[in-house]
Amino acid sequence: MKDGASKYILKKRLELVVIYIFLGIVALTCILPLLWMFGSSLKTQGTVFSDPSLIPAHPEWRNYYLAWTKGEFGIYFLNSIFYTAVVVFGIIIVSSLAAYGFSRLKFPGSNFLFHMFLAAMMVPLPGSFVPLYVLVNNIRKVLLNFLTAISPQLAHIFPQGFVQQSNTFILNQVFPRGAYVFCMINVGLSLSIYILKTFFDKMPKELEDAARIDGCNKLGIWRHVAIPLAKPAIAVITIFNSLNVWNEYILAQLILSSKETMPLQRGLIVFQGMHVTDYPLLMAGMTMTAIPIIIIYLIFQKYIIKGITAGALVG
Amino acid sequence: MKAKSILINYLFVLPAVLIFGIFYIYPFLKVFQLSLMEWDGILPTMQFVGISNFKEIMTDKIWWDSMWHAGYITLIALTFQNGLALLLALACDREIKYGNIFRVIFFIPPILSEVVVGLIWQWILDGNYGILNNAFNAMGMHSLVRNWLSDPKTALTCIAVVHSWKGFGWGFIILLAGLQTIPKQLYEAAKVDGADSWQVFTKITIPLMIPVFSMVIILTILGSMQVFVLIISMVGQGLVHHTDVPVLRILASMTGSSRFGYACAQGIIFGLVLIIISFTQKKLSERIKQA
Repeated sequence: MKDGASKYILKKRLELVVIYIFLGIVALTCILPLLWMFGSSLKTQGTVFSDPSLIPAHPEWRNYYLAWTKGEFGIYFLNSIFYTAVVVFGIIIVSSLAAYGFSRLKFPGSNFLFHMFLAAMMVPLPGSFVPLYVLVNNIRKVLLNFLTAISPQLAHIFPQGFVQQSNTFILNQVFPRGAYVFCMINVGLSLSIYILKTFFDKMPKELEDAARIDGCNKLGIWRHVAIPLAKPAIAVITIFNSLNVWNEYILAQLILSSKETMPLQRGLIVFQGMHVTDYPLLMAGMTMTAIPIIIIYLIFQKYIIKGITAGALVG
Repeated sequence: MKAKSILINYLFVLPAVLIFGIFYIYPFLKVFQLSLMEWDGILPTMQFVGISNFKEIMTDKIWWDSMWHAGYITLIALTFQNGLALLLALACDREIKYGNIFRVIFFIPPILSEVVVGLIWQWILDGNYGILNNAFNAMGMHSLVRNWLSDPKTALTCIAVVHSWKGFGWGFIILLAGLQTIPKQLYEAAKVDGADSWQVFTKITIPLMIPVFSMVIILTILGSMQVFVLIISMVGQGLVHHTDVPVLRILASMTGSSRFGYACAQGIIFGLVLIIISFTQKKLSERIKQA
């Protein structure tokens, strides 16, 4: 009897050891490529092919400075921060307004409109970037015509050079950035509205009633009652959308053609496509792209995983 | 007063509806209009050609090949990626030390961008300098050394494996979440009744997990069929046909050969294929559930 029990324990132990080895190996395959990317970013163009060590003995930290300046990853990095911040802020405002409307306010067609957003999450639309590109180009043409039409008038008021400069600035900077921001807000809208609406639906109505008696109008209730209460849901959509925008590639390729407006993902492909690729600098750029995401993930992993499961459950 | 109140209510959803209308509904409808046109994307005039774009797609061998390539990547994702995800989820669905650390690590590849993942693995699999070939050489297995990403025999498999590497952590999280909803009393009751682990797995775990499996399968299919940024970063955009997938063909029709109408027609066909696949899968899993 005692023999059987110890045999059972031994079998359980062995099972655990096998499980740990299995988990450990898979975990290593997740981490090693990243460590190797980081290590390569600290080598030189000469040693990057020959030095097999994971982290070199003499790390070239200067690569990060060079990647930031010469490799233009500094511009890309700041652009990525800009797009992520603006798009996520936009999504929070637009989707929380809409979700509050769908959840609490009555108007004809509200059910239909909400289901339209839901349907957008479920109908696959591959190649939707084609008409989106056409749309952005058309708006750009209209804008160009408008600017050329009003330039002569503006030239009476402002110096000629200033008008021209501001026109190029609008066409090459403001417009592509704005177009990209709106496209990306649209990408994150449906899921965010869905998450926030489910949250608002479960929220107790009493607080809103109290605020109404205190003289708050609908917008005031949204701002001072709904938004503060929805903080956990807003955290989920903030992190989820941040990852999405930071990692987006194809719309950036189609809409943002100049280097001054490109985000990191696009910048990496451009840098890699150059004739002589400076691998350590490329790896430094990749590390710069990955590190913020990994840090944010490590801090907020609970929210991220919640967002992923929520996103999957809708689909 | 009433009308004004309804008007104010509309204002809450107006920004969302406007953005959605301009950047989702309009392009959605525009695809159908453009698919009937021959248009280079630049000239103000487009030529109406009826369904000739669709007819052309039917005999476009490169297009259908690209569809098979995506199907192959999807097949590997369904088996290798989801199989690994399920094994890991089963391993973590118990009292183990450091379980949370493993969970955190497995989810790192899914949060990285396809560009970064693609470039890392391109560098690992590189024919001349790649760490994989170096490792094979160091171990004396010279016969295994090859140009992984330019050899048509291995390129697609490498892409599929990297895609699975990036995706298994995602499947793992969802499957684990599903496993944890199964009440532990069920397992205990089965143990008391004398069931072994295999019986518990096939008679309790699998039947209860069918809805989760079904969801993971659909999302894997939709995600894997539409993979393309990973391929751009691993082998470049449209340089070779043996790693082409439908979305890359659409992109090539648009930016490469400037045929916007054809690109839209391809998008519609591909969208239909995806809808048919997920519909069939849904029906199948419903039938399995009833059986």
